[in-house]
Amino acid sequence: MTSGHVAFGDMNTGQALEYPEEAAHRHRANRWQRWLLPAGILAALAVWQLLTASALVPAFLLPSPLAVADRFLRGWNDASLARHTLVTLSEVLAGLSLGVLAAAILGYVVAKSPAVERFLSPYIVASQAIPIVAIAPLLVIWFGPGRLSKILIAALIVFFPVLVNTVVGVRSVPQDLRELMRSLRATRWQTFSLLEIPAALPVLLGGLKIGATLSVIGAVVGEFVGADEGLGFLVNVGRGLYDTALVFVAVFLLIGMALALYGLVAWFERQVSWRREENRP
Amino acid sequence: MTPRVSLLSANELTVWFPNGNGGLHALDRVSFDVAPKDFVCIVGPSGSGKTTILRLLAGLLQPTRGEVRVGGQPLREPRRGTGFVFQQANLMPWRTVLDNIALPLELEHQPLDAARRRAGELLTLVGLEGFESAHPQDLSGGMAQRVAIARALIHDPDLLLLDEPFGSLDALTRERMAAELMRIWEARHVTVVLVTHSIPEAVLLADRVLVVSARPWRVVLDLPIRLGRPRTLELSYTAEFGKLVRRVRDSIE
Repeated sequence: MTSGHVAFGDMNTGQALEYPEEAAHRHRANRWQRWLLPAGILAALAVWQLLTASALVPAFLLPSPLAVADRFLRGWNDASLARHTLVTLSEVLAGLSLGVLAAAILGYVVAKSPAVERFLSPYIVASQAIPIVAIAPLLVIWFGPGRLSKILIAALIVFFPVLVNTVVGVRSVPQDLRELMRSLRATRWQTFSLLEIPAALPVLLGGLKIGATLSVIGAVVGEFVGADEGLGFLVNVGRGLYDTALVFVAVFLLIGMALALYGLVAWFERQVSWRREENRP
Repeated sequence: MTPRVSLLSANELTVWFPNGNGGLHALDRVSFDVAPKDFVCIVGPSGSGKTTILRLLAGLLQPTRGEVRVGGQPLREPRRGTGFVFQQANLMPWRTVLDNIALPLELEHQPLDAARRRAGELLTLVGLEGFESAHPQDLSGGMAQRVAIARALIHDPDLLLLDEPFGSLDALTRERMAAELMRIWEARHVTVVLVTHSIPEAVLLADRVLVVSARPWRVVLDLPIRLGRPRTLELSYTAEFGKLVRRVRDSIE
């Protein structure tokens, strides 16, 4: 919905909002900046490969990129890697959905009701103050070493940032627009669906982006404490066997998962956001 | 002369905002009537409760004492036949210009294509054809306020309330918008109550100027403006116009 360059100028002055030369300049700059990221990754891989080839670092501490790639292919071929990835992904998605759902509902109630906020805020802040690694063992004891405990840990870590963003988003709905809806005799549901949701969406999606990456951390923390499957479990196995290449493979898959989730939310944000590039946080 | 039937009547409107030491008056027994098709301007210094009066007339605020009657009925909540234009254009940035104008009909579950067609006609009325799919961020202040006026007109209101609609515009745009509003009013012949702090603007637009003051919060002058119509900006350079502006100005002290 973002319409890159605005064709309309001010009708009264006939002045365009952006001069064509400026737009062209920005376009040129974008063109070579596109190559910056892949070039950076290639350079990092090259340095890494050189470092391991120079025998400065023993291979059991730092495997070469090629060794990691080889380990990946082996894991991929015996299908174990895909299974562990899917386990973690399912925990992440379930935890993220649960956390976002709970936080969005509670956040909306908190934003609308000062009484609820006063009543709940000590618990909400406390829930954030407890380090997730400290209560993860407790959740595993309570809910077993299966996927449920990982889902709950992921949900818990996602909860707070999404809640805060929901509260901020709902409170940022301009009072004048609320008044407009009232003057048009909008129902509660109409005010919610036609004003509050779209107005709060940019801030809400900001919270979801943070939550998406945090949910991966939550699931891995859970798997570290006690699990027999998942990428966090693989990291633990690799550590036990001194199979550092396996640790690298698992870590890269986790990074990829977090980036993919983040990218997905960012893509969705671009589809629905009405905010302009320049004032996006 | 037969007494004119009033569309709108404000009876002894008193508003009291509670605060730490007992309460704060915003209005004290304000009464006036507005006849159908009249163009009434309310002027007054800031803090004189102009906006409060307008919000009472819109049903957005209930008076502590007194009542507003529209078409003889006491007003308890916003009514369909009243269009309201805010100080800021107050458009939804995620909606196109056309969908912003169509919003009031959409809220009544009217078919979307009919609502959009109607919105398109009003866009032409306010002189913005071609901007249907633009977003509010792409508009200048004057253009945005025209969209807001079109939105307020989509219900075919018999009463249009405007709260310093040109307050945030520059002087030249402001003059042009005033002329535009007169044109729209003459085309639609709707009853208008407009709040402004510009005395010349009020005299130029109105059939009647109400002056409100702060402390006490009362109507201190109710001045009929008997200048011919249609009026143009040229009128504001005449001696007669100057005298009327002077009278309004002198009542505010």
